Amino acid sequence: MIAEKTKMIIPDFRLSPGVDQVGVEERAARVTRRSIKKESKLNGLLLALNMIDLTTLEGKDTDGKVKQLCYKAQHLHDAYPGLPTVAAICVYPSMVKVAKQALGNSGVKVASVATAFPSGQAPRDVKIRDTKYAVANGADEVDMVLSRGKFLMGEYNYVFDEIAAIKEACGDARLKVILETGELGSYDKVRRASDIAMYAGADFIKTSTGKISPAATLPVTLVMLEAIRDFYYATGKMIAMKPAGGISKSKLALHYLVMLKEVLGEAWMNNEWFRFGASSLANDLLMQIVKEKTGLYQSKDYFSID
Amino acid sequence: MAKAKNNTLKLKFDTSWQYAPAPESKSIASIKPRYELFINGEFVKPSSKKSARLNDDSRSGGYFDTINPANEEKLSEVAHANAADVDKAVKAARAAYDKVWSKMPAKERAKYIYRIARMMQERAREFAVIETLDGGKPIRESRDFDVPTAANHFFYYAGWADKLEYAFPNRTVAPVGVAGQIIPWNFPLLMAAWKIAPALATGNTVVLKPAETTPLTALKLAEIIQEADLPPGVVNIITGAGATGAAIVNHPGIDKIAFTGSTDVGKIIQRAIAGTNKKATLELGGKAANIIFEDAPLDQAVEGVINGIFFNQGHVCCAGSRLYVQESVYKTVLRKLKDRIETLIVGDPLDKNTDIGAINSKQQLETIHNYIKIGQQEGAEMYQSSCALPGKGYFCRPTLFTNVAQSSRIAQEEIFGPVLTIQTFRTEDEVIEKANNTSYGLSAGVWTDKGSKIFNMTTKMRAGVVWANTYNKFDPTSPFGGYKESGYGREGGLHGLLAYVNLV
Repeated sequence: MIAEKTKMIIPDFRLSPGVDQVGVEERAARVTRRSIKKESKLNGLLLALNMIDLTTLEGKDTDGKVKQLCYKAQHLHDAYPGLPTVAAICVYPSMVKVAKQALGNSGVKVASVATAFPSGQAPRDVKIRDTKYAVANGADEVDMVLSRGKFLMGEYNYVFDEIAAIKEACGDARLKVILETGELGSYDKVRRASDIAMYAGADFIKTSTGKISPAATLPVTLVMLEAIRDFYYATGKMIAMKPAGGISKSKLALHYLVMLKEVLGEAWMNNEWFRFGASSLANDLLMQIVKEKTGLYQSKDYFSID
Repeated sequence: MAKAKNNTLKLKFDTSWQYAPAPESKSIASIKPRYELFINGEFVKPSSKKSARLNDDSRSGGYFDTINPANEEKLSEVAHANAADVDKAVKAARAAYDKVWSKMPAKERAKYIYRIARMMQERAREFAVIETLDGGKPIRESRDFDVPTAANHFFYYAGWADKLEYAFPNRTVAPVGVAGQIIPWNFPLLMAAWKIAPALATGNTVVLKPAETTPLTALKLAEIIQEADLPPGVVNIITGAGATGAAIVNHPGIDKIAFTGSTDVGKIIQRAIAGTNKKATLELGGKAANIIFEDAPLDQAVEGVINGIFFNQGHVCCAGSRLYVQESVYKTVLRKLKDRIETLIVGDPLDKNTDIGAINSKQQLETIHNYIKIGQQEGAEMYQSSCALPGKGYFCRPTLFTNVAQSSRIAQEEIFGPVLTIQTFRTEDEVIEKANNTSYGLSAGVWTDKGSKIFNMTTKMRAGVVWANTYNKFDPTSPFGGYKESGYGREGGLHGLLAYVNLV
């Protein structure tokens, strides 16, 4: 890893490409004009289901709540055999152990937020310990938050070094860097933060904590996917993407998949390289999947709400 | 950014997750098997049973076929107007002008125009489907652009009808008389709206001829005009080819010519009306430069270039067909262009997911293929997307040419198809000189993050419309027209009224 990094030329992040707001929003809107029907819709829904990081990040979370969610992750809708599982469960570090046990060898990964989520307002050593704790308890993936205050102050070296330090603390766990785009203020800044995170060692870049509105949007995701594409061409390294927060409807999830298909293509069209951070999306997808197969919409009461 | 270490990296856009066909239903569109001429408020048979010359063998008596370019099947047949029919139409327009329309209070005129606009909106879906069937453009464009923009033109000019004294303060505004209007096949309904709406608002009457390959939406508009109870003869819509157009231009009863089409025909019209009192506006060809500076937001610039050249299969007079890229970002821009054209879907125009539809006619497809051949013979390097083309119909892959010189014919002549030439430049002065080095001057595009550069470029481009950090944006309030061989006169906005009034 270190050898790999030394080969990489670190650019001047002040020179990250600019983004035209009108243009990027137009392109994102055009994605929503794609018509996804019939088998294409069903396949898209199943793919989206398999890309979900089923999330609970509440102060009131308990072992019981997390165990239920882990069961749901593996048994999305048993009335309907043959469905995939979600990609991962996303919890606070204190719940990692419980989740890991509950999921066993189901293949569903455990992701843990860390680094003083969601604000990130803590000293670096606390963040590193937070990360190490999650990993030691068995987290497969760590979702860290960008230090937005430092970033907005222009202290890019600080932000870069922090991400690199957390990456080191992650060991074999994959690192997701949450940019919290709702606090960055412009697409230019989203692009710059994406570049910093990728060059500093992020495995994923992720839009939002889900605690701030706006969370993920199509244009923000487009800016990040384009950053990933440029990074790939510059370094040969694939980075994964995770829009999170505010994606609760199937139709919107399909728009994201259309965007993914047209910006990054086949290699990214799986849950190794793309995730949805969401909690209520799963049930909407299930409802649509059942509708596609049976031709009938069922009431919400037919889908479990763990 | 860091330099690419590995130039063999490639993204694969032919993904295992595919879009299923999503065709718009044809059943909404009622197309009659035969259309007559719309003269004096009625649909009348052409006076001659035998068709005069129509440049191909599709004649059948006094009618000619209009086909769907996406499958080469006949959609309908339309009457072929000869000089006698043109005379009848002009006389009807004259009578309507003298007796009714020029005398009607302006706000009453406005009511009719508003009515046409609203009826167009009500039947927007049908218009969109017919426009796509007859012309080959993707339903996405006819639905989201052509039809709504056409209705907007009627709304906009309806608003001006009783406010002309404010458009031209301290002047007395008088209509011109009978306008002869000849429109092209690339935006059949929209061009009809551009022509008819300002003419009616200012109190003129109209004889309009749609292009021979795309007459159907104009004839549908005639049906709306009939239903709207517009006084007979105020709008006459007659179909035919070049000879019919010539008869309109040469008719002594015409006071004003409005023409949109090729520069060659524009020159013929100009010669024909020399020495007469006829006013004219000509909106002719173009070979627009789209200029990307190194400080531009590149992803959005590339998207704008794609829309600039591939919108409506490149059948756009203001298409950004010459791309100039600052050399420091040339490789990146070219890579992004190639990636983007791989994701464009070429195929059935009625499919809602189609990005590039059918080329309008066999003749036009041959013209485009000929230019592609010329480009290769000139030593330019060609890149086409790898998409499959439908077996039937007239289709062309999106095409890029690099290694192009100013002296290459493909960089000089209007191709009117999905073909982009790409050149590089080093300095601002150089690109200004190169961009203006063309016989045309309809439009241009500039992409940069620097405001001062935008103002410098827009003042120096010899083009009627210059877009900055966007392309192909149209609005009824904005004037449109050319410099040099792109014609003269402006359509749209307040300027568009000028062509249809005499100021005292």
